Amino acid sequence: MNMMTPRTGGLALLAVIITVAPIGFTNTYFYDVAVNAMFNAILCIGLNLLIGYAGQISLGHAGFLALGAYGSAIMTTAYGVPPIAAMLISATVVGLIAFVVGRPILKLKGHYLAMATLGIGIIIHIVLKTESKITGGPDGMSLDNFSMLGFTIMGDKMWYWVAGVLLILSAWLALNLIDSPVGRALRAVHGSEVGAEVVGVDTSSYKVLVFVVSAVFASLVGSLFAHKNGFITPDIGSFFGSVHLVTMVVLGGMASVFGSVIGAVILTLLPQVLAAVEQYEAMILGGIMMGTMIFMPKGLLPSILASLKRREAGR
Amino acid sequence: MSLLQVESLSKEFGGVHAVEDLTFTVEPGHIHSIIGPNGAGKTTLFNLITGVYTPSAGRVLFQDRMVSGMKPYELAAMGMSRTFQNLQIFFNMKAIENVMVGNHLQLNRSFLPSFLRLPGVVKGDRACVETCVELMEFVGLGKYLDADAASMPYGALKRLEVARALAAKPKILLLDEPAAGLNATESREIDEVIKRVAASGITVVLVEHDMKMVMGISDHITALDYGRKLAEGTPAEVRANPDVIKAYLGAHA
Repeated sequence: MNMMTPRTGGLALLAVIITVAPIGFTNTYFYDVAVNAMFNAILCIGLNLLIGYAGQISLGHAGFLALGAYGSAIMTTAYGVPPIAAMLISATVVGLIAFVVGRPILKLKGHYLAMATLGIGIIIHIVLKTESKITGGPDGMSLDNFSMLGFTIMGDKMWYWVAGVLLILSAWLALNLIDSPVGRALRAVHGSEVGAEVVGVDTSSYKVLVFVVSAVFASLVGSLFAHKNGFITPDIGSFFGSVHLVTMVVLGGMASVFGSVIGAVILTLLPQVLAAVEQYEAMILGGIMMGTMIFMPKGLLPSILASLKRREAGR
Repeated sequence: MSLLQVESLSKEFGGVHAVEDLTFTVEPGHIHSIIGPNGAGKTTLFNLITGVYTPSAGRVLFQDRMVSGMKPYELAAMGMSRTFQNLQIFFNMKAIENVMVGNHLQLNRSFLPSFLRLPGVVKGDRACVETCVELMEFVGLGKYLDADAASMPYGALKRLEVARALAAKPKILLLDEPAAGLNATESREIDEVIKRVAASGITVVLVEHDMKMVMGISDHITALDYGRKLAEGTPAEVRANPDVIKAYLGAHA
């Protein structure tokens, strides 16, 4: 197999970057931002399976992220469930919720599906905000460190390496899936549903499957984020959160695993970089988005790879 | 025994009968053509047979099993495959991946082995690539093995659909205007492909406007007009039928 295939070359490059990047980190704040970027990247890898590969939109995934976060927070603080168990139980419940709501709403297409997923996100957000007896309401909840088998993940540095390993693992799993019978069926759903059906692909089931997988990715990230941050508010599940996630996927590149990583990193770092010109931050962000849509609608990474390919072919 | 039986099949779209009380059978091993002027209901008939539409009345039997109301993917599992008049190619995938999707039902489709890339999946995919390369060569797409579907010309995409349908290992293959939009050379090539498919033991149902092709390769022809059966029989019988001549070739003939 070629060294430059996404599987080998891309994963190796990702591992190298994660290993080398801390050389430039002058204080723990860098680690903190990097961990958030990697968490977003993991979530976007899952979301890209749904949006980029299977061609189904979701404007409610921040809701699944919040459910994972709150599931962990509530179970570990109120019921003393071990963090790892709380995380897995939350992910299972979120998967079940995604399955139950996914079956009816994934019959919808385009704008209608966008509206329905938007509804899911809003409902989750409101429930977390108003059920203050359980969730602490708008004030949020605090929770303890993530510990497992007598080992506790503490501090941004340790979280960095945990997130790094999980990011590589997620990218590997997603690449596996895409290049498998299941992944080809998902991409075929994007290409032509009726074309896929007539050769034996049960398109409705595959759409539900990928919706569940992406929701579970979001839930797991939510649990980890909650433990790492130590404090969560319902706003992590807001509509803006969902839009932010979709923007990362689209900016980095739809149907591109590594594009998701790039999109997530850029949009997580941007507010930090723009802190000096804070009053213009939103404008610059909007400008970047419009520019991407107009000049590279396929997203950063696919556009860059395509232009490299053209240059090579031109030689 | 007939492989496919269409019994009093009707489909109505808001009062318009696209297919009305249609009955015919397809014998195994035959190339069975459906002809008729534009709007005669040929594509609707295909959509009814393959489960894309549900009939308003009547039924379809495939291998003596009632299949009306079944989903296309369930019919595919029973051995029914088709191509489309307006292409339904997966343009977001490589050409060979299109054919590999056709092979879907023959592969391990469980989620976890795919997610973890277990050796069985890798091995299955490797065998699948070999099968699909053979199929692409069979339909004359040998030079497109590495191509993206989006970069291929129209005539090649028509054949790519045939290869994808064949990868599903069908007993019956329904081809909806495989020669439409092709030039004379391409048309002859697809003609050859259809003959080879039939020779390999697959029953072919063909909708086609190219009369030269239809008359040349069909064992049996059913002629439709306004959703009803106008005539049927061997190519010679249908060609000589005055109703067909009137409806299909023009009233003055």
